Amino acid sequence: MSHSFRVLRVDQLSVRFRLPDATVAAVTDVTFSLPAGECLALVGESGCGKSVLASALLGLLPGNAEIRGGALLDEVDLLSCGEKVLARSIRGRRVGLVPQSPAAHLTPVRTVRAQLEETTHVLGTARPDRRAAARRYADRAHLDASHLNRYPHQLSGGLAQRAATALALAGEPWLLLADEPTTGLDRRLVDATMDELARLRDNGHGILLITHDLAAARRVADRVAVMYASRIVEIAPTAQLFDSPRHPYTAALLDALPDRRFRPLPGFPPELSRLPDGCAFAPRCSRTDPDCALLPKLAPVGDGDVACHHPLGG
Amino acid sequence: MALTAHQITVRYGRHQVLDRVDFTVPEATTIGLAGPSGCGKSTLARVLALLHKPSSGTVSIGGHHTPGWRHRAPRQLRTRVAIVFQQPRLAVDPRLRLRDIILEPLHATGLGADASARLPALTGPVGLTAELLDRRPHEVSDGQLQRACLARALALQPRYLICDEMTTMLDASTQAHLVAVVQEYQQRTGAGVLAISHDPVLLDRWADATLTWPLTGVALP
Repeated sequence: MSHSFRVLRVDQLSVRFRLPDATVAAVTDVTFSLPAGECLALVGESGCGKSVLASALLGLLPGNAEIRGGALLDEVDLLSCGEKVLARSIRGRRVGLVPQSPAAHLTPVRTVRAQLEETTHVLGTARPDRRAAARRYADRAHLDASHLNRYPHQLSGGLAQRAATALALAGEPWLLLADEPTTGLDRRLVDATMDELARLRDNGHGILLITHDLAAARRVADRVAVMYASRIVEIAPTAQLFDSPRHPYTAALLDALPDRRFRPLPGFPPELSRLPDGCAFAPRCSRTDPDCALLPKLAPVGDGDVACHHPLGG
Repeated sequence: MALTAHQITVRYGRHQVLDRVDFTVPEATTIGLAGPSGCGKSTLARVLALLHKPSSGTVSIGGHHTPGWRHRAPRQLRTRVAIVFQQPRLAVDPRLRLRDIILEPLHATGLGADASARLPALTGPVGLTAELLDRRPHEVSDGQLQRACLARALALQPRYLICDEMTTMLDASTQAHLVAVVQEYQQRTGAGVLAISHDPVLLDRWADATLTWPLTGVALP
């Protein structure tokens, strides 16, 4: 596979939802790029805007969403290309979705083979070749061919995850968008799923992993972006982010892990409909001072970027 | 005193999930239970909470054998055990406000008269603010809803608390907070806690002793 020139560039992307009595700022000024052969993990507490960002990239936002900024996949502008282009040449073909809950993603009354063959058919494989194609994608997702004739309820969580991944691979997309792919799986299966994603990354796929599981992100990601209250507050190479976090929020989130200090952050994240003008983390932060009333910009610190007036260790 | 399962066997159709399992949760102790998905941990939890009638076997609570299951168990026994489930959205009535979800056990057991007075003591520790209490489940995050489920479980001051993958859906910060609330309750009241999780790192940090599935001749501390 030659994907060397392929890249997703997200530039100052913002998403707003207008409600009768409020405006929800779900994503604000998010900028990153993700080339093929790399895995970027997007982590943060529930409700910070991670999944809205993913939906925006796939054109799956509801009608009341207002989007600003840019998102270029190769040379296609995902935000302005329109539903027709998204449906015909983006979803499934350039971007594959590895879903949150494979058991709910698969059709319960049809076998894995039937679903895989249907998907390859829709994506343009001629009828005589479908059977071989189904086997090929199952193979690529490490799903043994003996499971193809099974129904979803006959598959364990790990096998269902592989079946869903095989479906995502059926259109030969280079970019895989994995939205909380490990929710509800046990640690062994989480690790196995992350190792599968690492293998796909090594085969040349770009992977955007959205998760709240920091241990899972650490296992596979090359870079990690931490989202808080709709903004990316820190983005850095994985080792640096886990070993010497620069944003106080990143440090506090890591401190909450059971193998670290197991100490919760005080308070709640702010409502996305009532974000402050300054730093949104300031009310929960121990380093707050009057500077924090001014919104911090994402700026280089070490090998990463941090949006903080008083970054740690710098 | 303890919450004890004797020789529990559970079958779903022809599929046998538990085979003559003995299990004990002593008071004043946190027992961890680890094991892969689908091994029967949650079934055991439901039996211990008297929510599932096993094919055979008995449960005793503080030395009293339970004469029935679900609504057939006497209220004084039933309310001594509380449970928190993995998915808060499936565990609440979506039409109720958080306040009413938390107070439901008090109303259901005839303690509704001073329910509102007891609300702050239930919601303070789990970190729910007055404004959140007026919302319905679809207006709060999974983490906030699970906080309400934990407050509800503690409403009747159970002697035994079962946490069945309580924090699996939650971010690290909410997990650390809720576990701290359960630990504080356990130490303050001397309750027995069964913490079920597939995360051995979490159980190492949380439980006094951890048992790993399959259960054979369970030894206790």
